[in-house]
Amino acid sequence: MKKERRILVMLLVLLGMCLSLFAGGKGEEETVDDGVTEIVYWQYFYETKKNLIDELIKEFEAANPDIRVIHQTFPYENYNTKVASSVPTGEGPNVINLYYGWLPMYMDAGYLQPLPEDAFPPEEIEAEYFPLVEAGKFDGKYYALPTAVRSLALFYNKDLFREAGLDPDSPPETMEEALEMAKKLTKTDKAGNYLQEGWGLQLNGQIHHWLREILVRQFGGQPYSDDGRTVTYNSQAGYDALKYATDFQLVHHVGMPNFMTDDVTAFKAGTLAMNIDGSFRLGTLDEIEELDYGVADIPTLNGVASNFASYWANGITSTTTGKELEASVKFLQFLLSDDVQARWLEAIGELPAKKDIALRPEFVNDPKYGPFIRGLENAHATMFVDETGQRQVWLDAWDQVVLNGMSVEDALNQAAETEQAILDRYYEGK
Amino acid sequence: MRKQRTLSRSRELWAYAFLAVPIVFYVVVRFYPSIFAFYLSLTDWDIVSRDKGFVGFENYARLFSDSVFRKTLFNTIRYVVVGLPASMFLGFVLAYNINKLTFGSSLYKTVFFMPYITSMVAVAWVWRWLYQPPPVGVFNNILVAIGLPSQQFLRSIGQAWISILVTTVWADLGFQMIILLAGLKGIPDEYYEAARIDGAGNMQILRKITLPLLKPTAIFLLISGTIRYLRIFTQVMNMTSQGDGGPLNSTKPLVLYIYDTAFKSFEMGYSAAMTVVLFFIILVITLIQMRVTRSEDQ
Repeated sequence: MKKERRILVMLLVLLGMCLSLFAGGKGEEETVDDGVTEIVYWQYFYETKKNLIDELIKEFEAANPDIRVIHQTFPYENYNTKVASSVPTGEGPNVINLYYGWLPMYMDAGYLQPLPEDAFPPEEIEAEYFPLVEAGKFDGKYYALPTAVRSLALFYNKDLFREAGLDPDSPPETMEEALEMAKKLTKTDKAGNYLQEGWGLQLNGQIHHWLREILVRQFGGQPYSDDGRTVTYNSQAGYDALKYATDFQLVHHVGMPNFMTDDVTAFKAGTLAMNIDGSFRLGTLDEIEELDYGVADIPTLNGVASNFASYWANGITSTTTGKELEASVKFLQFLLSDDVQARWLEAIGELPAKKDIALRPEFVNDPKYGPFIRGLENAHATMFVDETGQRQVWLDAWDQVVLNGMSVEDALNQAAETEQAILDRYYEGK
Repeated sequence: MRKQRTLSRSRELWAYAFLAVPIVFYVVVRFYPSIFAFYLSLTDWDIVSRDKGFVGFENYARLFSDSVFRKTLFNTIRYVVVGLPASMFLGFVLAYNINKLTFGSSLYKTVFFMPYITSMVAVAWVWRWLYQPPPVGVFNNILVAIGLPSQQFLRSIGQAWISILVTTVWADLGFQMIILLAGLKGIPDEYYEAARIDGAGNMQILRKITLPLLKPTAIFLLISGTIRYLRIFTQVMNMTSQGDGGPLNSTKPLVLYIYDTAFKSFEMGYSAAMTVVLFFIILVITLIQMRVTRSEDQ
């Protein structure tokens, strides 16, 4: 009998051990009572960003010896999933870096707390920051603010310009010029296979933004209603925009999606002459010494200039309280400080979120930063509710036209219907 | 008497003690989430919300009007119906011929089995590069070199799913071959000798002896293969641009759609509903196959 009981006890102990394993290492981190407050910062992994934040944390800790910041990064592909799945478990960071398009979802979940108004006065934010930071404003309160914002510009390879007999110092200003140059910059073999592309058409890169927020507006349309709840690109302007862009592949033969797997690889390899991409790419491209490239304003069309802007914002999670909250506020103030914003531009290529800093002469007149900063003036930030889904809609519209031979009207109407369903599901009951 | 019973009981208890670990693991990691998925499929949970709104059968109703769901279900079935017979047939051709070899058969076995033990992610990326348009893709370079037009492969609605299936079958062949080879080796030589003495030709031997006696092996491969092909995910995730199962969902299997719905669009309720449907599909297939195997045993 005794033996049986002992075995039973062992069984129970084993069960208990298993269960505690599944419960996870909760409750370990809380009590380090040496007067130092630990806070956790999360962002996605982007090499230049990780390095700069590591450096900044060292400086911040030197200035605030009673605070320790733990910096954790996750692969970009899984970052949103990682953050979202951390919410129900109640584990996670104190300060977090989120894409502006994800904010509505996390707001609904009560994941973020409003930024304290004494530390981040709304009037000051509105006076100092570019107006696009209002994507972080809900019910009159700011919940997340960016260190930096991003816009698009035209990257072009100067060596390929020279080779094609074009002036490497006069990039195209209008789309008409751009198309003519793209034709000269495209090389194919006898069978018509691309050896070099004149114009990048990486839809799942930045090109879907070019279509949505730039071309649609340049043809006199508006992609969405002002409140972002209704799709309005299923209009003549939208059809014109999709026709115009798909003609680059179908009629003019100056490029195609996924050439050399993607646009960044092709541009780095010197087989793509012109590409619309974000300011964040500057840091990556500067690492390649043999690449001689320039940056220009997004070409105008029908006399209209437009741009797409986006940003990653920092917020404080709602479970952060007491000393951790104080420390988080301090850290966030540091991340948003003028000095950090200026350094962020130089290290990463993202533009200062405060107008004063971005518009400093040394930045506006910089040959590489200038086009991006000027682009911010007429930039629009799409109010995404499901970034992946809404991007897919445009990818599919493109494929319907290019691969399936569907008319641009049908393809775009179908896209509008699908995207409207995504918007309706989100806004339902709000 | 009493002592013996205690001994056997304590042995039994020890067995339970050791089995407790996997049982706890299965209950917590497998069964509980599976049952939970049934409940989730009746909610509109978006993973981050605290409360899960009960919506009844709304998610299931939405499935009927969701053309992507129908498309991905069709793709999944197409992978099984086309891919599995192809890999079993080619696996048999390999096994049948390797079985005849007297010299160097282990070299062939190794060569054909290698892809099966290679990580699917690595296989998928290598093939993705092989399929690239010229001047990068090897297949297209060969076509161009012999004067044929280059092919779109992964960028074409008609060719993309076949291209992915070719990769899958290539990686799967080795497994089919090894198991079939074991089945072939299990057929006693006497049968063949007897058939030869009776004057049977090669085709007759194949049809009347080899194939019927391979049936149990083939059924095993059919069941395990169906499940493997129903779960195709990794290759599509890695071979399509950013894992979108394109172009136009032509390569997207149901499992990938479930994954995207759950972890990219965060519609946990809707994706759980699809999981439940997939569960019943697999259940029905398994029941049918169990039936078939049972009648085989009798």
